Amino acid sequence: MPQSPLAHGPSRRSVLGVVAGVAAAPTVTTAPARATSPTPPPRDRVHVTLTVNGRDHNLTLDTRTALLDALREHLHLTGSKKGCDQGQCGACTVLIDDRRVLACLTLAVAAQGVRITTIEGLAGPNGELHPMQQAFIEHDGFQCGYCTPGQILSAVACVREGHAGSDADIREHMSGNLCRCAAYPRIVEAVKQGRDRMEHG
Amino acid sequence: MRPFAYDRAGDIAQAVRLGRDTGQGQTMAATQYLAGGTTLIDLMKLDVLRPERLVDLKPLQGQYGGIEAGPSGLHLGALAHMSTVAEHPAVRRDYPAIAEALDLAASPQIRNMATLGGNVLQRTRCTYFRDTSWSACNKRSPGSGCAALEGVNRNHAVLGVDDSCIALYPGDLGVALAALDARVELAGPGGARAMAFEDLHRPAEGRPHIETTLRPGEIITGFSIPAAPWTRRSLYLKIRDRASYEFALASAAVALDLDGDQVRGARIALGGVAYRPRRAREAEAMLVGKPLNAASAQAAAQAAFAGAVVHASNAYKPELGRRTLVRALLQARAMEA
Repeated sequence: MPQSPLAHGPSRRSVLGVVAGVAAAPTVTTAPARATSPTPPPRDRVHVTLTVNGRDHNLTLDTRTALLDALREHLHLTGSKKGCDQGQCGACTVLIDDRRVLACLTLAVAAQGVRITTIEGLAGPNGELHPMQQAFIEHDGFQCGYCTPGQILSAVACVREGHAGSDADIREHMSGNLCRCAAYPRIVEAVKQGRDRMEHG
Repeated sequence: MRPFAYDRAGDIAQAVRLGRDTGQGQTMAATQYLAGGTTLIDLMKLDVLRPERLVDLKPLQGQYGGIEAGPSGLHLGALAHMSTVAEHPAVRRDYPAIAEALDLAASPQIRNMATLGGNVLQRTRCTYFRDTSWSACNKRSPGSGCAALEGVNRNHAVLGVDDSCIALYPGDLGVALAALDARVELAGPGGARAMAFEDLHRPAEGRPHIETTLRPGEIITGFSIPAAPWTRRSLYLKIRDRASYEFALASAAVALDLDGDQVRGARIALGGVAYRPRRAREAEAMLVGKPLNAASAQAAAQAAFAGAVVHASNAYKPELGRRTLVRALLQARAMEA
């Protein structure tokens, strides 16, 4: 099994996690009860094999683990973002068998035997950016960047589905990806360029 | 989310066996069937649903996910994804109301996940149902009352409601299926059976926690939509607060068989306004044998909302619903079919 790319030394995320943990300390007592669950009986732990970006990963997970949490917390692929965690914002969009889906509403245990593609798996073998990634950079299709991995994966699927023909088409078929910075006009421009380069090289 | 055991259905008989604890109407049951998960996982995260066991039906998709269009009608497997059905050429050509209801629902990601069987069983978006900090919800906690009656009820139903529940059925596909005389096919402990789609969802009748007529262990396996002269001239019109990715404030599925402007047959169902997918037979009866024009469409719409019951913030719904239906009827008249 391959080493996780972030397994070497402290990552940006683990550092941020410490800071956030300190900052959040005074409010810990008000956390909702369901955030702390009792140790589940063995029946609730399952062996799961996830095929992510072309590699198989064997994990032992609580049945409750969403695919998003498996990717972020267990495989340390933190490109997929947790926005609303209830299927409304699209920040967690990944591709399963090339179809865009929401990782937050997908159970990891139910995502076996399929090909999962995350933003980390979109670039070429030598790290060259996917045309849609390049298009988002060139058109400044983001501000804070939090929704961007989901936007890009959704845009790739949108083009492959044939739903990126017109601006109106793009707006309708990208409606499952919210951008709180409202970078929508530039996202549309990025999708159009990404579409043209995907289709014509 | 509370702990649960996860089982994968090997075949339909095993799924039915594992699902014996799904309870009548499948609300709040100890076992829940999992398909796309877009409603179920969401409501489990919210602690609204608390199953001890999930039975995953997706392994049965190969068997129950097909789409067949033929001279006798359309057959849709219950485990077909919404997006797959919406893209099917025969569905788009011959049953546009179904394609449109699917296209206008949710987001592309959700349509790629959700199955038809799960979609028609989608739970209400009523805030008081979804937020467990509200104690009064007869749907979630039988006998506890209904906080929506005196609460924020702009998005609540005006047809088919009673004092036990004014929750809105949020779906789109179910409205189109009700209009097109669909039948729903079931597998269960007693074998296979089928019934009119209209009979799948129960009226509230003081027991809104029992949402469907499904028996314990029963699984929706498919839908059949009979071929009829009105299916090609059918459409689904959805009115909402946003241009996309939003639930209906009002919607209408209409299907017309016309002889010139004369109505030979009409099928009408309403969404965004009712407790369950609602066929508007009174409106249909008013149109048959008459020319379809603005006046007759308006009269039909009046009939469709004759029994509307409004609350503090949803008094706009009957008029919006009437206008939606009138527009849908006139648009259907103008279709090339």
